[in-house]
Amino acid sequence: MRTRRAALELLAPAALVVVAGLVGALVSQTNQIYFVTALISVSTVVAIYVFVGNSGVLSFGHISFFAVGVWAAGVLSIPEQEKPATMPYLFDFLSSTTVGNVPSLLIAALVGGAFAVVVGLPLMRLSGLAAGIATFAVLGITNNLLRYYEKIGPGLNTFSSVPETTDVLQATIGAVLVIAAAFAYQRSRLGRQLRATREDPAAARAVGVSIYRQRLAAFALSGFLAGFAGGIYIHFIPINVDAVYLDLTFITLAMLVIGGATSLWGAVVGALFVSALDSVLAEMEDGMTVLGVTIDVPSGSRIVVVSAIMALVLIVRPSGLTGGREFSLPSLARRARPAEAK
Amino acid sequence: MTALLASGLTDFVGDALDRQVQIDAIGLGAIFALMAVGIGLVFGVMRLVNFAYGQLIMAGAFALAYASERDWPEWAGIALCFGVVLALSLAMERVVFRPLRSQSAAVMLIATFAVAFLLQSIALLWFGPLGKTASSLVELNRPISLLGVDIRKITIVAIVVAVVCLALLVLLLERTSIGLHMRAAAMDFSTARLLGVRANLVSTVAVLIAGVLAAVVAVMLTVQFPTVTPTFALQETILVLAGVVVGGMTRLLSATLGGFLIGYVSGLLGGALPSSQSQYLPSFLFGLVILVLLVRPDGLFTRGRGLVERV
Repeated sequence: MRTRRAALELLAPAALVVVAGLVGALVSQTNQIYFVTALISVSTVVAIYVFVGNSGVLSFGHISFFAVGVWAAGVLSIPEQEKPATMPYLFDFLSSTTVGNVPSLLIAALVGGAFAVVVGLPLMRLSGLAAGIATFAVLGITNNLLRYYEKIGPGLNTFSSVPETTDVLQATIGAVLVIAAAFAYQRSRLGRQLRATREDPAAARAVGVSIYRQRLAAFALSGFLAGFAGGIYIHFIPINVDAVYLDLTFITLAMLVIGGATSLWGAVVGALFVSALDSVLAEMEDGMTVLGVTIDVPSGSRIVVVSAIMALVLIVRPSGLTGGREFSLPSLARRARPAEAK
Repeated sequence: MTALLASGLTDFVGDALDRQVQIDAIGLGAIFALMAVGIGLVFGVMRLVNFAYGQLIMAGAFALAYASERDWPEWAGIALCFGVVLALSLAMERVVFRPLRSQSAAVMLIATFAVAFLLQSIALLWFGPLGKTASSLVELNRPISLLGVDIRKITIVAIVVAVVCLALLVLLLERTSIGLHMRAAAMDFSTARLLGVRANLVSTVAVLIAGVLAAVVAVMLTVQFPTVTPTFALQETILVLAGVVVGGMTRLLSATLGGFLIGYVSGLLGGALPSSQSQYLPSFLFGLVILVLLVRPDGLFTRGRGLVERV
């Protein structure tokens, strides 16, 4: 029974992602963009979930790890001959090195993880509001440096000529890999210890759990996965530094909270739900025809609706759409109880 | 190398001690202190960090821009600014803050994050990304000579207004019964309720006072930065939030001092950093914030261990 429930905990979110990927592979080229974006959102939100969900500590800083992943994968995979034109001030070792698709994703993840360790070593001692503000400060510093330090990237300019290798298949595989990592972590000894500190810090400490070390481990893994998601993203769409700042922080946190921050299932459901809503609204901004009726909303109304829904979900269901619980089949759960009673 | 560094440092200190830089930094600190009071007061009573505070100021600034575009008299523009900000504050309190009062600090913070983005995106939809120009009280931008330095009138006005507002607030908190109720609620909300403090009234008053301060800040900021965009006051709010936590959120005084300090330091760095490094000003500031939080997580101006989150 326990193994079946554990299997569901992994298979349900993974299946949802694969279904999204399959549908995405069947639709037209223009609509495919929505599906790939949604799948990358799943990776990003699950990466944030690994820390925020399991530890219960709010982090506004995860988009910095995403951003350094974008920078690492973007700068390293632009063809060598293109670099002097778009990024003339680059460090020599960066302008003379070019790597392929998969290595660039791995490097993005490693840079994200390493950055998370550097940041986490001092910051994981904090909790509550101080932790929230400190992670925000990290986001501010990262954004400021990426914006103006042109030896490590394009600065204010948009990345150009990054090979666009991310398609539906890669985005799906990426999302499934991130989900699998998050699952493996939360079933592991480390993950259980961290969740114990979330539920009752005093009791967890009493049985010998180091809150600092557990949080640091989750923070590092979380940064690694966020960097990976950033790598996938830059291979999909050319972006600039404004795309990896407050708006993305808000929308990813919104996805996590709307889905239910304390479960993997919630993170995936939230990411897909908000992405779907966002895509429908984006179509409506261009004028969408449903059953002969053309719905046309003014452009820019997506974020209005998403933030209104986020506020509404928080007021009506503070624990999110899934209630912060893992996926389980209702009938299975009912049959399980008498069986366990014997 | 060392000589270069030393001369750079001397330049920096010299610039930082310059009277002009000092006055401007104090002026900025005064405005930040008012914002800190607005955030700290609501936090004290409701244990809620209001991320949407900057969007209240932004809304007030748009009201001023709206009025000056239509050539309304100045008093009408300022009245509209106060009206818009207070109405929004009340709506926010009634629709979002009150239902979430029993939730954890994190849930409330994310909810105000959502409200902030809601207001910002409505402004974007309504006024566009380039924004509007507010031209109220422009004569305050003219400098006057005082003690051998040129000071813009608005700097003096900001300092005076901040001192007056803070004095009035202290009077309200110390000398009136609603002030007593608010202080009691800030100390222990549930016990205060048991003793007959009306929870809704106290939180409404706190939000209203914070709204008045937001409107005052909107008027003063638009004089200095007349171009009002949907992200107006966003950067300032983030800094003030950091300052308030750095100062210590448990007491209004420490929160206010924290807000003043970060405004002052920001003005000082802005005036004294060599121009090649001034673009990294946010990094310096946020770096300082992280350092202080690591050394004193409960706040720079608090005594002993604070009770930051209500259990």
